[in-house]
Amino acid sequence: MIAYIIRRLLYAIPILVGVNLLTFALFFVVNTPDDMARMQLGIKRVTPEAIQKWKVERGYDKPLVYNTGAEGVGKITRTIFYEKSVKLFVLDFGRADDGRDIGHEIRTRMGPSLAIAVPVFLLGLFVTVTFALLLAFFRATYLDFWGVVACVALMSISSLFYIIGGQYLVSKVWHLVPISGYAGGLDAARFLILPVMISMVAGIGSSTRWYRTIFLEEIGKDYVRTARAKGLSELAVLFHHVLKNAMIPILTGVVVVIPLLFMGSLLVESFFGIPGLGSYTIDAINAQDFAVVRSMVFIGSVLYIIGLLLTDLSYTLVDPRVRLQ
Amino acid sequence: MSIILWTDALVFVLIACALAAARYVSRREYLLSSWRRVGESRAGMAALTVLSAFILVGLLDSLHYRPRLEAVAGKSTNAANGYSTEVRSALDMLLMPLKSGTEKTYSAPLATHLYARETVELPDGTQARVFPRLKHGGAHLKAPAEDWLRDVVAKTLLGLALAVLAGLTFTGIAVQAAARHWNVPWRTARGRIWRGETRFAWNAVLVTTAALLLIAGPVVALAGSYHVFGTDKVGQDVLYLTLKSIRTGLVIGTITTLAMLPFAVALGIAAGYLGGWVDDVIQYLYTTLNSIPGVLLIAAAVLMMQVVIDTHPDWFATAAQRADARLLALCLILGVTSWTGLCRLLRAETLKLRELEYVQAAQAFGASAARIMGRHILPNVMHIVLISVVMDFSGLVLAEAVLSYIGIGVDPSTISFGTMINTARLELAREPVVWWSLVAAFVFMFILVLAANLFSDAVRDAFDPRLAGRQVVPATQGQAT
Repeated sequence: MIAYIIRRLLYAIPILVGVNLLTFALFFVVNTPDDMARMQLGIKRVTPEAIQKWKVERGYDKPLVYNTGAEGVGKITRTIFYEKSVKLFVLDFGRADDGRDIGHEIRTRMGPSLAIAVPVFLLGLFVTVTFALLLAFFRATYLDFWGVVACVALMSISSLFYIIGGQYLVSKVWHLVPISGYAGGLDAARFLILPVMISMVAGIGSSTRWYRTIFLEEIGKDYVRTARAKGLSELAVLFHHVLKNAMIPILTGVVVVIPLLFMGSLLVESFFGIPGLGSYTIDAINAQDFAVVRSMVFIGSVLYIIGLLLTDLSYTLVDPRVRLQ
Repeated sequence: MSIILWTDALVFVLIACALAAARYVSRREYLLSSWRRVGESRAGMAALTVLSAFILVGLLDSLHYRPRLEAVAGKSTNAANGYSTEVRSALDMLLMPLKSGTEKTYSAPLATHLYARETVELPDGTQARVFPRLKHGGAHLKAPAEDWLRDVVAKTLLGLALAVLAGLTFTGIAVQAAARHWNVPWRTARGRIWRGETRFAWNAVLVTTAALLLIAGPVVALAGSYHVFGTDKVGQDVLYLTLKSIRTGLVIGTITTLAMLPFAVALGIAAGYLGGWVDDVIQYLYTTLNSIPGVLLIAAAVLMMQVVIDTHPDWFATAAQRADARLLALCLILGVTSWTGLCRLLRAETLKLRELEYVQAAQAFGASAARIMGRHILPNVMHIVLISVVMDFSGLVLAEAVLSYIGIGVDPSTISFGTMINTARLELAREPVVWWSLVAAFVFMFILVLAANLFSDAVRDAFDPRLAGRQVVPATQGQAT
């Protein structure tokens, strides 16, 4: 088991190197730092001195991968590639365009992001699995039919509509909760309840339908017929047999997103003014702060790889037949 | 002067491909039978009818031209510059009254007055705060207060009457054709279609067409003299904006798939069939791409592309061409980020197929790897490709709105659902509330995505071999049997 985990972590290294090379190519080779400087300072009237100053301030004035002007190890280390990309591996993210330390920002913003993402994840999972079991229990009846119709309708609605509509109705018309903002401690619940509900509702349609399909696939199998044949009630069959056996496909989709919960939700956080990582990313995209976007890409990939590893480990917990070696 | 934008060209290529595929399928009974099952699905055919209406609007909007400038007296215009830099489409030409009938600012649906008070000078010299009359909406009414309701009702009824007429004509022609085809009396044919005794779900198509006509009729009748969905902040007609948005949504939903399909299919099959280091490289490639969160990869790529476009303004003759380049680039970027899922599915399926006897027989005959992959494996994984193409469409339409909202979507000058929502998102916070642009954008997007979802369900049910022949038995019966 330990050996497996270590080997999987070693496999992750080439993937992270690939991600790093890709972002490096996107951010520094497709467009030179000169292009970026011109973009940030305005396309037209911009002097070479201003561009040079912009680059020096951000450390973009060095050569891309090989510094012929430096001595010894400096040939490699005093380059953009080493300072901006390689340092990501030791989680040294450098500074954002406004001069703040990106690593510090990420640490402080993780909390609010998790405060939304974790309840959404847990509540959403509970609600959708319950609904899906309900639909599977009443399968091939009118309740099932209209339940699926409702799911398709719910998943055809833009997530923007849920957010804009929910915010308008609950906050503006009914005045139940503040429109946006955030506070520390227990006071945060006031600000979080609406975004949590909205993100949950927005995800119900597609997940419920997906779980229903999984359950129906399991219900068609022979062991279910055996369970019924020995006289188990339909509820016992659903909870003791179908739900347990459906865990593998459910875990495949669920566990991988757990680490990504840290990243927060882009839309919800920016609409509700919650100072999490999602709104941080959106602000960086809008301000074209490439250092922040680059860091978030790297963190996202690291978390995704951790998620894949957790998924494989979780299989051993629910299915004794799975052996990792 | 007609002009073909990049996305137009790709749309036409796509249609040519679809027509060729239809021709190919129609001559092969084993392929046709799956499509017949799609045709039997009532929900699927109703959805297809709605989609066809959207596609028609999108196609009209894909025929672009640059209008000839009026020769200005005293100035000689040479041939190359004799055309406006504004690019119009056939849809613009049809909707000219809507496009050019802009007001000063917000006006409610079917309104005759602006939504905001303005200070105007009265004839006697005093000033007053009033709601001024619109320049186009209801401009033909002499006394809007009295005439408005009567006029709106009259136009609605006229539109409904025309719609009923058109609907009856269309249904009549369809039934007549069916009656001739089956060689039965007209009445019998009507009964068969109405009761759904035909294999193809004709009744769903006809009912949906009638419903579309009944909605479109009054809208068309009213659109000539009112802003049916109101006007937005800068006074543009919201109906015009929503109709223009359709093309952007369709282009994103289809061109993206077209762009990613060759990669996904070629790499997926190659990885599965060849195995070895090819498999390792391809797996590494898609795991790496997949491990970057989609939105962030798109954001990074779009930001970079924006720099390229902004630093080379000389590449594009008109603003429309620049916006189009950005739309195309967005499609390509979305394609690059979304091919991994299909690639993985195809790899897994090919792994299964290559162990089957018919592939081994082909190998024994000495067929080359390329030939086996192209002639023997590809046709047998096409159902996966088809299902994933139709399933991706609705997700891409929804993604466009979100990306445009975040600011990494289409060019702000491109009319799309996303840009409409983005410009209108603060309007609900206004007092009094301006709701119509948002509602129009969301309703149109909802209908488009819902139709796409229903159609893709029908296609999946017909083509997915895992679902074929599976019957879901109700719980109560299940216990009894």
